[in-house]
Amino acid sequence: MCAQPAPEATPGRVVLDARDIARALTRISHEILERNKGAGDLVLLGIPSRGVPLAERIAERITSVEGYDVPTGSLDVTMYRDDLRLKPARALLHTEIPESGIDGRTVVLVDDVLFSGRTIRAALDALNDIGRPRAVRLAVLVDRGHRELPIRADFVGKNLPTSLVERVRVTLAGVDEVDAVTIHGEGDTSEPTGEAS
Amino acid sequence: MKRHLLSAADLSRDDAELVLSTAAELRSLADRPIKKLPALRGRTVVNLFFEDSTRTRISFEAAAKRLSADVINFSAKGSSLSKGESLKDTALTLEAMGADAVVVRHGASGAPHRLAHSGWVRSSVVNAGDGTHEHPTQALLDAFTMTRHLGSLDGRRVAIVGDVLHSRVARSNALLLATLGAEVTLVAPPTLLPVGVDSWPVETSYDLDAVIPKADVVMMLRVQRERMNGGFFPTPREYSRRYGLDGRRMATLQDHTIVMHPGPMVRGMEISADVADSDRSVIVEQVTNGVAVRMAVLYLLLGGAQPVGGDE
Repeated sequence: MCAQPAPEATPGRVVLDARDIARALTRISHEILERNKGAGDLVLLGIPSRGVPLAERIAERITSVEGYDVPTGSLDVTMYRDDLRLKPARALLHTEIPESGIDGRTVVLVDDVLFSGRTIRAALDALNDIGRPRAVRLAVLVDRGHRELPIRADFVGKNLPTSLVERVRVTLAGVDEVDAVTIHGEGDTSEPTGEAS
Repeated sequence: MKRHLLSAADLSRDDAELVLSTAAELRSLADRPIKKLPALRGRTVVNLFFEDSTRTRISFEAAAKRLSADVINFSAKGSSLSKGESLKDTALTLEAMGADAVVVRHGASGAPHRLAHSGWVRSSVVNAGDGTHEHPTQALLDAFTMTRHLGSLDGRRVAIVGDVLHSRVARSNALLLATLGAEVTLVAPPTLLPVGVDSWPVETSYDLDAVIPKADVVMMLRVQRERMNGGFFPTPREYSRRYGLDGRRMATLQDHTIVMHPGPMVRGMEISADVADSDRSVIVEQVTNGVAVRMAVLYLLLGGAQPVGGDE
C-alpha cells in the first residue's frame, strides 16, 4: 500500500525478481481456487496502488485455469486509516467496486506488502460500508512481519523476515519499470515512506 | 492547499486539480448503499449563513454529514444575529464552541476574509459567497461539471452571460477557469460589467450571438434584481431579448456545448424554460456535483493534521 517510489540512495537488495513474482502469483492463484473450491462468487479487490495490478494478475491466472472472468476492482482505504490525522490531508486513490457488488461473495483483498496490519484493518472497515461479503480473505505478495494488530494473511507470496529499520519496496511493470521486490537496509538515508504498512 | 478557502485565486492549478480529482472519487459515494465516510469523525463544521440560501447550505450540510462531521447550522433568522450581534461576537461564540471549520455566507464582500484573518477564530474558513465578491466552491463545482462533460479544460471556451456586475459566481469562475487553462468570455450589457473587468483574465463582449456559436460552455447568470437599485437595462423584455438564452439561440450552439446556471433560475428572463429543461442543460447535475466538490474541499482542509497556530 502506498508504495511511493522513494528517491534511491542505494539500489537495495533484490529479494524477488520478475520470475519469482510470477511464480508466487501463480501459486497464490491456485491456492485461492483450492481454498474457495473454484472461482464461483470470488471478487478480487486490490488495495491501491500496487495491490491493484497484483489483483489483476491473479485474476488473469484464475481466468486461464477456470475459463471465466473473476470480477476485479480496487479499494482505497485512505479515509479509513487510523493515521489520517497525523499527516496533511492525502489525495484519494481510486475505488472501483465491480458492478456485481460484494454482498454474499468471497472477497479476496490483495496488497503488496503486509507489515503492521493497519492498512488491512482500514480495508475491513471500508468493506463494511460497501456491503456484506460472505467471507474476506487476504492475499499479499510479501509478509514482512512486525504486525501491530491481530491480522494475518491467508495467501502469502513470500515471508520475508526484516528488521524495522529496513524498507521493503515492491515495483511492478506497468506502474514501475520492472517487477521486483527489494530491501533497502540501514545504510539507506532516504526518507522512510509509508510503503509497507 | 491553504488553510482557508476564501477566493478561487487562492487555488494554484495543482490545488484545483487535487480538489477536482478528489471530488471525482467522492462522487461515486452517491451510488453506494451507505453514503458515509469516516474521515471527519469528531470534527465540527458550522454553517454560518447571514444571507438566505437553499442549495449551498444544504449542499455543505450534506457534504459535512457524509464525511461524518458534526454540523451546526447558524442562520441569521432565528439567532442573535437578528438582534444585532456583530460578526466578531458571533465568531467568538463559534470559537468557544470549538468549531473546526466555519462555512460562511455574508452579504458584505470580504466578511470571510475578515473572519479568517482577524484572529477571532482558529478554524478553517470556507467562503460560501460574500456579497458580490466570490463564491469559490461554486466555481469548483462548475469546473468539475465541465470536466465531466468535456475532459480537460485547456483551451476550452466558456461564455459567462448576464449580470456579471453583481455575480460572485462569475468572478470566482473567471479566476478558477483561467487557472485551469480555459478561455473565458464575459457577455453582458455595458452597465452590468464591473469596473476593472479589464484586469480580469478574461475577454468581454456585448454581443451574445457572436460569442455562443464558438463556446464549449454557456453559463447563464441570474439577474440579481435584489442587488439593483437603479436602471441597469431599459426593460426585462429587452434584456431577455438581447442576453437571454432561448431555443433559437440554443440552436446555434455546437453539438457538444453544455448549458449551465448556478441557480436559482428566473425562467423566461435569462434562460427560457425549454433551454433549462433541454438535454444540454446540466443544471441539476451541478447540484449533485456540488455535494462531491464540497466534500472534497472539507476533506482537504480538515481531513489531515491541523496546522498548529500558523496561518496559511
